[in-house]
Amino acid sequence: MSNDNLSDNTPAAYESHVPAHREAEPIADPGLPPHTWRPTDVDPKAEKRAERQVAAMFIAAMISAVLFVVAYFSFEVGDNWDTFAGLGASTLTLGVTLGVSLLLIGIGIIHLARKLMADAEMVEMRHPAASPQEDRDATVAALNAGLDEAGIGRRPLVRNTMIGAVGVLGLPAVVLLRDLAPGSALDVGRLAHTIWEPGMRLVRDVVGTPILASEIEIGDLINGAPEAMFPTEENGYPELEGAEEQSEKAKGAIIIVRMDPDDIIPAKGREKWTVDGIICYSKICTHVGCPISLYERTTHHVLCPCHQSTFDLADAAKVVFGPAARPLPQLPIKVDEEGYLVAQSDFTEPIGASYWQREKQS
Amino acid sequence: MSTDSRLDTSKIATTNGTSAATTSKPGAAGSLATWADDRLGLAAAMKKNLRKVFPDHWSFMLGEIALWSFVVLLLTGVFLTLWFNPSMGHVTYEGSYDQLRGVGMSESMSSTLHISFDVRGGLLMRQMHHWAAMIFVASMMVHLLRVAFTGAYRKPRELNWVIGCVLLLLGTLEGFTGYSLPDDLLSGTGVRAADGFLKATPVAGAYMSFLLFGGEFPGESIIPRLYIIHVLLIPGILLALIAAHMLLLVYHKHTQWPGPGRTEQNVVGYPMLPVYAAKAGGFFFMVFGVIALMGGLLSINPVWKFGPYDPTKVTAGSQPDWYMGWPDGLLRIMPTGWESVIFGYTISWNVMLPILIVPPLMLVVLMLLPFLEGWITGDKRDHHLLQRPRNAPTRTAVMVALMTFYGLAWAAGGNDIIAIKLHASINQITYFMRVAIFLGPILAFWITRRWCISLQRHDNDKLLHGYETGIITRSPDGAYAERHLPISESAAYTLTARDRDEVFHAGGDTDAAGVAAPNSRSERVRARLSSWMYSNNVQKPTRAELEAAHHHAEHEAELTSGLDHPVDGHQFDDHRLRDTDEVPLRDH
Repeated sequence: MSNDNLSDNTPAAYESHVPAHREAEPIADPGLPPHTWRPTDVDPKAEKRAERQVAAMFIAAMISAVLFVVAYFSFEVGDNWDTFAGLGASTLTLGVTLGVSLLLIGIGIIHLARKLMADAEMVEMRHPAASPQEDRDATVAALNAGLDEAGIGRRPLVRNTMIGAVGVLGLPAVVLLRDLAPGSALDVGRLAHTIWEPGMRLVRDVVGTPILASEIEIGDLINGAPEAMFPTEENGYPELEGAEEQSEKAKGAIIIVRMDPDDIIPAKGREKWTVDGIICYSKICTHVGCPISLYERTTHHVLCPCHQSTFDLADAAKVVFGPAARPLPQLPIKVDEEGYLVAQSDFTEPIGASYWQREKQS
Repeated sequence: MSTDSRLDTSKIATTNGTSAATTSKPGAAGSLATWADDRLGLAAAMKKNLRKVFPDHWSFMLGEIALWSFVVLLLTGVFLTLWFNPSMGHVTYEGSYDQLRGVGMSESMSSTLHISFDVRGGLLMRQMHHWAAMIFVASMMVHLLRVAFTGAYRKPRELNWVIGCVLLLLGTLEGFTGYSLPDDLLSGTGVRAADGFLKATPVAGAYMSFLLFGGEFPGESIIPRLYIIHVLLIPGILLALIAAHMLLLVYHKHTQWPGPGRTEQNVVGYPMLPVYAAKAGGFFFMVFGVIALMGGLLSINPVWKFGPYDPTKVTAGSQPDWYMGWPDGLLRIMPTGWESVIFGYTISWNVMLPILIVPPLMLVVLMLLPFLEGWITGDKRDHHLLQRPRNAPTRTAVMVALMTFYGLAWAAGGNDIIAIKLHASINQITYFMRVAIFLGPILAFWITRRWCISLQRHDNDKLLHGYETGIITRSPDGAYAERHLPISESAAYTLTARDRDEVFHAGGDTDAAGVAAPNSRSERVRARLSSWMYSNNVQKPTRAELEAAHHHAEHEAELTSGLDHPVDGHQFDDHRLRDTDEVPLRDH
């Protein structure tokens, strides 16, 4: 086998590789064309001219590099990133001077290579990628001798326990990664819950003001958040920080819409989840978790800008288009004694993207 | 090694001096080389490699663009690390950019703004880094196409092809981890989608997400973790693989196009020192210069316009960097509701198929291409001469089909942008793409293969009947015919410098002794594939066919020789048969 491989690379192999129907090449190789001299080789004027051109490019490159330094100290940076043609004067001039300098060096060197360096093509013979057969044989012999002297093959107990020992060493390597999410941070059960709880007010995102049911007009869409994201002394919610704040914010985002109550197709078991046509859903797309945002009030469709999953908010947020598979989870709401919208409970299913054990957690 | 290492340099660079070089006194370079060789012993290797021959062709420069843009990435990247702070710690921005002053954001976003607005040259370096990354991935892809279309991946270069595919994958991941670092609204949206992809992994998905993010999304760990992956882990592997890629290139010697004097056994071109080194080195400066100009003149990833990441916000028209576009497009055209629940466990086909299954599958298919082709042809020879794409019609068509798949998936990733620009319905575009992604590659395959085969016929016509001059002659009996003139010998040789394809035929199911042949089923598959790949190809003419055709052409020429004078007004048209030393035949 290995012998065949080797001989395949010889010229004879190329001729003899193919069975009888192969014949001589239709046209014989005329060989390399003779080398022709360039103007710069035979005309001293052309040679001098090329020399001057190359040097001129190098000199211009130096000038451009000096201009870079001048620009660096002349132009202020700061909040003037669009002073010149939509670009900051500093960035623009630094980029242009640096670019011109580099380009001139590059073009100069290539011009030098093309005009003034020897341009006769050289021929080098190739060698097979494979080593000569005697080298292969010697290597295989050395390998066998080494394995033989090690005696691993004759002592399966030693061999197998050694493989086992090194294999089991994989466990520490894997286990060491466990604390990438230390302790209870790996509790994936948290995906099933958000910060929403019975009686928590729905507030406007960014500003955090509670929402009066009577304020919302038919056709309105409000981006909302749980009141717990805006803790005050008055509402008594604990201050959230860092990672916890971010993840609760990422899960708790909602959209609140009001439509004609007659437009709503009542979903089984959710008859009491709305307030006079006001209906609230998770803002997090069930596809891969982008916040959905584009609302079309006449059709009650809301579209996720990432992958265009479209949900019909009048029909329990059923997916009407795009790759998502599940409706947006609905937040059951009611009004409190002051007329503000509050949650009846947490979401009744995990929000956002699907995952393996989702149904088990719902 | 070199057959004409003693070049006729009599007329070259006379300005360097007119006396011949002598060995009597080693120059400065000589003494330095001696000093180094006493310690490193590199002379044995250098003696071969300093004058190593590299063939020249514009398409060999594509991989060089990738190499040099990687160097630019290292240089600009190091600059950025001097100020960038990969932390998700919350700060209030107090820098120069007015519109975000007083806004809360992560330290990584804040330091990105600092680099952009308060470090001179910082924005330039950021933009150069981003442009260089785009060029890096793009040039790797175009280089890959060049290698595939010319058959350069055949033995002995299959492993270098696999290394190249891994480099493309790593370059893509490097790009993703890089553009996620500023923690702006656009990149944060991408990271959240990536979190969704992880969660779609069966069994361990949710745990993988929690481990990567250090808890629940988004946590405070993801940016520092992506950072170390971006600046150490992936670049380290990239460097090692690029070194291996280059070493194998040097060991195999570069492929070359066939032509007079250029055979499977030699390599014809310029020596590394000085011409190739000068050209490649000069080209580095040019790539660097173009990237610098782009960084100065073309705005890219203006994170200050997106604002800091907020998990409750998103911008319409969110697009990843271009090389991430095609899996995103596949994601977008998945039909509604492809999710199943089996024994209470959720399997999200709508995410798994376009992200976790098809892209890795495409990569595996790509890596296997040279091995599949080698198995079908059974060709064990080394190949150093490139093939024109037309001379491997099926391979070319397969590549074009893959490109079409890629292009359509990529376009689907911009379906929202297309809808806005063309005032079209995004739903209709998506429905169209769902069908086109299957039909497009098939159509592209068929058209490309027929196209290649007719180009092969055209080549044979040129060989047998000459090239079309465009001169119409009228014979005395009134018939019109176009004059054909023979192509030059070197052009004719180049056209015929290719192997004849052989269709593999499986032997019988049983051997002579009546024993079932081993692998007979796989042999039959191989025979069918071989027939599918090669039986429609046009083979080059035989010597006899060529001679017969030339004999015929001479006869024709004799018949029409009396007519060989142009009509009034066309006396100076450049179409007369010329075959003198001063005016060689037209090189068609």
